[in-house]
Amino acid sequence: MTMRTPARNGRFGEYGGRWVPESLVPACLAVAEAFEDAWADDGFRGQLAGLLARHVGRPTPSTPAERLSAELGVRVTLKREDLTHTGSHKINNAIGQALLAQRMGKRRLVAETGAGMHGVATATAGALFDLPVTVFMGEQDVERQSHNVFRMRYLGAEVVPVRSGSRTLKDATSEAMRHWVGATEEAHYCLGSVVGPHPYPWLVREFQRVIGDEARAQHPGTPDYVVACVGGGSNAAGTFAGFADTSARLVGVEAIGGSGATNGQVGVLHGSMSLFLQDEHGQIREAHSIAAGLDYPGVGPEHAYLRDLGRARYVAVGDDAAVAAAAQLARTEGIIPALESAHALAWVAEAAGTEELPAGSSVLVTLSGRGDKDIATLIARAEENVA
Amino acid sequence: MKILMPYLTGGINPQWTEYLPAMAESGADWIEVGIPFSDPTLDGATIQEASTAALANGTTPQTVLDGLAASPVPVVVSTYANLALRKGFCTQLKDAGATGLIVPDLPLEEAPALEQEAADAGIELALLVSPATPPERAREIAARSRGFVYAVSSMSTTGERDHLPASALELAARLQADCPVLLGFGISQPEHAAAAAQVADGVIVGAAIMRRVLGGASPAEVGAYVASLRAALDTR
Repeated sequence: MTMRTPARNGRFGEYGGRWVPESLVPACLAVAEAFEDAWADDGFRGQLAGLLARHVGRPTPSTPAERLSAELGVRVTLKREDLTHTGSHKINNAIGQALLAQRMGKRRLVAETGAGMHGVATATAGALFDLPVTVFMGEQDVERQSHNVFRMRYLGAEVVPVRSGSRTLKDATSEAMRHWVGATEEAHYCLGSVVGPHPYPWLVREFQRVIGDEARAQHPGTPDYVVACVGGGSNAAGTFAGFADTSARLVGVEAIGGSGATNGQVGVLHGSMSLFLQDEHGQIREAHSIAAGLDYPGVGPEHAYLRDLGRARYVAVGDDAAVAAAAQLARTEGIIPALESAHALAWVAEAAGTEELPAGSSVLVTLSGRGDKDIATLIARAEENVA
Repeated sequence: MKILMPYLTGGINPQWTEYLPAMAESGADWIEVGIPFSDPTLDGATIQEASTAALANGTTPQTVLDGLAASPVPVVVSTYANLALRKGFCTQLKDAGATGLIVPDLPLEEAPALEQEAADAGIELALLVSPATPPERAREIAARSRGFVYAVSSMSTTGERDHLPASALELAARLQADCPVLLGFGISQPEHAAAAAQVADGVIVGAAIMRRVLGGASPAEVGAYVASLRAALDTR
């Protein structure tokens, strides 16, 4: 079994750890201790399961994609995180961390967001638990995801645009960490992906493993392939966790412009050692993707470890392929996927019928979210193509 | 004698090395030179801006190291773990004439990744303590720190503040170390420096200098400001 509880130093092989300023070490230790305790407590687990059933709408279905399968020549099943309350898998983690924050006696939540889905999920959890929420979001993402900005504010969250660096997820994460340094007593940092210092890569994976556990129970037999998109990698980690001890081949699909696991080098950013896109001097490169949620130059440390072990494989696809895959799913299945999830579908479409994904294989694809948030991006792209 | 260590972001402008002798002549005992990193997660707005500006100038770790020889006093380099962990970094520091290293995102548990390499290269790796550090942990940090202990004055990022928080004085007063304890973060006025000197062995001043440098202050003007800090430390 390759996806187990890490030791208390938070290592996945050489990756992970807790590379944070001393001011954040006691806070990270407190989160680790609280999570360890909560996760071993049936009461906490039961409370979370109840919330996920009643508020989030779990379990989400697994849908055989029959018309898409006929086009591609492989048997595709979709794990439908797009059908959760708020429209993406991010809610699984946000509800879990809000419950943990409440247990720790914290009085407010701090989060970063890229596409805005984690921000919306945290704002939702904050409303549910009566905890004020502050969300840091890159200025560029604020512009391209204005609907989600409205949703967060409508839910009562404060959204702080981040103007430094690439003005996307990387800088929003830095700013959230800076803010947390000054607020560790009262605030819980509700990190949205399997990145950051220990215990976050482990904690977020555990809160997301409900995806993989459900999918495994729902799938007739073990799928030949399990595929998910990877930005930081939370929906992939949660999905893979359900299948790591099976014969399924695990494939993480990155955006070409944010391909930390595919093209990154070992480094340290945002509290963990992992794989990051860097220049020859060690400066972190800015990521670029049409999918704001994949616009991150690195990948969670456990993904780096799974890659090195050969247990999971990481590939990258470009913007055009993702947009085409979204259109194909809409046309064949009546589902508009998030552009992030469309990357996973794009790899399946490209690889189907090749050695990488032989004809007739069964493929489970996690549809991490729905495409409503991307409509403005798709409209702009359609207009560009007409012009 | 209290220790005064002003900070400068390496490569902040083409004439950056001229600030080093100016600060030394104005009473700096040591100078902290920052190698700019793309993602300075423990820095506030001023040093973020300085880092971005320096990188936009084409500054690289090597161009900063090449400039260190201009300093007449010992130089302690500061940079983030991603740059400090690159192969041979401590040897490069030594070759460039630096004496020490500060890595803000290298807490005690991760320090073994650099401690041996630093020791082998003859570079003093200074560790940080913060007001949130429990006493027993602070003792271990003080014991493993080399050159000096960097006492972070407040639960915040780098940057100027109106007052030196009580947490700063309390932290510096309770720290027991074999090497000097320097207080940093939020020290910008001579009176802050004077107050810090009551409990610490010296001060580190960063953002207040970088705000002046970013505003176009000449080496002489920055020197005058450093001299005011020196005077405050000496006339307590």
